[in-house]
Amino acid sequence: MSKYLLMTKDQEDLVAMVHDFMEKKVDPYVAQWDKDSHCPMDEVKELMELGFWGIDVPEQYGGAGLDVETIMYIRMAMAYHDAGFANTFSAQTFGWKPVLLAGTEEQKQKWGRRLAEGAFWAMCITEPQSGSDAGNCKTKAVKDGDEYVITGGKTFITNGGLSDIYTVTCCTDPAKGNKGISLFIVERDRKGVSVGKHEDKMGIRTSNTTDVVFDEVRVPAENMIGAEGTGFKTLMKMLSRTRPTGVAPAVGVAQRALDLAIEYSRTRLSFGQPIGKLEGIQFKLADMEAKIQACQAQLAYSAKLVDQGIYDTLNGSSTKLFVSEAVLDITLQAQQVYGGYGYSKEYPLEKLVRDARIYSIYEGSSEIQRYIIGKTLVGKI
Amino acid sequence: MNILVCVKQVPDTTAVKIDPVTNTLIRDGVPSILNPFDGFALEMALRMKEQAGGTVTLVSMGPPQAENALRDGLAVGADDAFLVSGREFGGSDTLATSYILSCAVKAIEDRKGEKFDVIFCGKQAIDGDTGQVGPEMAEHLDYTQITYATELVSCENGKVQIRKETAEGYDVLEAALPLVVSVTKTPYELRFPTVKKRLAANRAQIVTITPQDMEGQIDLTRAGLKGSPTKVKKSFTPVHNKVCTVVEEDSPSASAVKLVALLSDAKKI
Repeated sequence: MSKYLLMTKDQEDLVAMVHDFMEKKVDPYVAQWDKDSHCPMDEVKELMELGFWGIDVPEQYGGAGLDVETIMYIRMAMAYHDAGFANTFSAQTFGWKPVLLAGTEEQKQKWGRRLAEGAFWAMCITEPQSGSDAGNCKTKAVKDGDEYVITGGKTFITNGGLSDIYTVTCCTDPAKGNKGISLFIVERDRKGVSVGKHEDKMGIRTSNTTDVVFDEVRVPAENMIGAEGTGFKTLMKMLSRTRPTGVAPAVGVAQRALDLAIEYSRTRLSFGQPIGKLEGIQFKLADMEAKIQACQAQLAYSAKLVDQGIYDTLNGSSTKLFVSEAVLDITLQAQQVYGGYGYSKEYPLEKLVRDARIYSIYEGSSEIQRYIIGKTLVGKI
Repeated sequence: MNILVCVKQVPDTTAVKIDPVTNTLIRDGVPSILNPFDGFALEMALRMKEQAGGTVTLVSMGPPQAENALRDGLAVGADDAFLVSGREFGGSDTLATSYILSCAVKAIEDRKGEKFDVIFCGKQAIDGDTGQVGPEMAEHLDYTQITYATELVSCENGKVQIRKETAEGYDVLEAALPLVVSVTKTPYELRFPTVKKRLAANRAQIVTITPQDMEGQIDLTRAGLKGSPTKVKKSFTPVHNKVCTVVEEDSPSASAVKLVALLSDAKKI
């Protein structure tokens, strides 16, 4: 496995710790979990208990307070074993991020502790009619005295079925378009909150994805994040922050695919010799390695930017676009090296290909990233 | 309860790859790990501390990089760590190693100002596989010893009860302190580190004890290559002359019948 050589000793040790945990607690069972689309919450929580609750919640709010770069390596290591597991783990604090960016000090204190104590907090943006166009939001929040009444349905919600808290994008003023979007914190146990159908997905099947329905759910006005109508702005800021690291697990998937392909090429004999001796195979492996290194370098740069408080949209979208597409290509090439065994569900590569497929679709599809990059490059004409 | 755990850094033999053509081990780039049996010993020590209170101290003999094994031990909950290191110790066989470690026990006790009640060792290291250092340490120290320990049964009133693996099953032995325990595979694994302890372990002070630090406490003619009576005459890979019989009949049940007949004829069942 190639190693990013600028990792600190602390980062290396945390990564080794995650690998050790995943090898013992996940690897032996993951094929069955994938088949059953089972989210291994006991194992996720066991890992969290080692000190990962609230991984990106600053220490002053009770969390682990790790920097983005370190978190990125941890996610890569996790996805090396199971991308779905990495998804569940990473999304523990997804809903918290708008609070960190736009919440009040009281909100950070109150909700940061909840996460550190072991709550899952999902982000609810997507609706059946709107994915990439997050501004097209039909879920409504209507002010009623000191409360808001939320009604609507969200779909494709990561950790939807197992979260304790949701951050929900709502329309507070339909006439204002994107400027009529507001963000609300909604606890799962509020009356009117229910979890809908579980999505039967192609890949990342150990990650829980559900509909979440809000039926006249009353929340106090203090649960609003930022001022009314600022939700879309916060969301965009959040995405430029989360995009680069959100796609980091993809590199773990690709690395696993490459490692399996290398191992296979060393042991699979064809025409009397290991196929790894054939230049045709070696060149494939070389291309995969070069792409992985490029992904690692790009992600390390992006993470450094975010750690320094620089949320560069152009960088975030370029990173997401490049890494997600490179990784899919790498896993497909690894599958090619594996031949027929790469197409069989009895061997691990087939799952990696299915898992790798998600990265250029979710968290802003490749088309959206290209749109953002292109629009930013050309500017107003 | 003052507990000492002896640990060793070893090459991760599970990560050793085999050259498919020559069928020999590829030793390059093999990572170093905490000896797995020492991990079981450490877990037993940590459980003893949880039951009876006290501290868990680690000691390792080895080159400076053996510090990493000590930091791994600190990351899972050991309280402090000592590295016994020096050129004079290089090339020690099990007799010399156990002698040096038993001297180090005294040196650490002097520094800490208190004696160890229990000294845990792994049954053997997965690189040398001799399994002698723990029992020899007990002899050097003139302490009671329990070998092949698999589980801590109880720990109270200055006595320890330990389940010990035997050829027939197991015994439960009770021993007074001080005591040396060598641990074989336990029903539980070494616990995982926590994030905070893992990071703290990287900043922890590890005290190195050199031969010079032990002056007056150690006879250096009994250490290192010159203190080692073991002489390696020859090292070779044993040849396995295994003849395999593949049973492959038309159906699984026919194969089973054939297999049972074969085993029965060979007086294996």
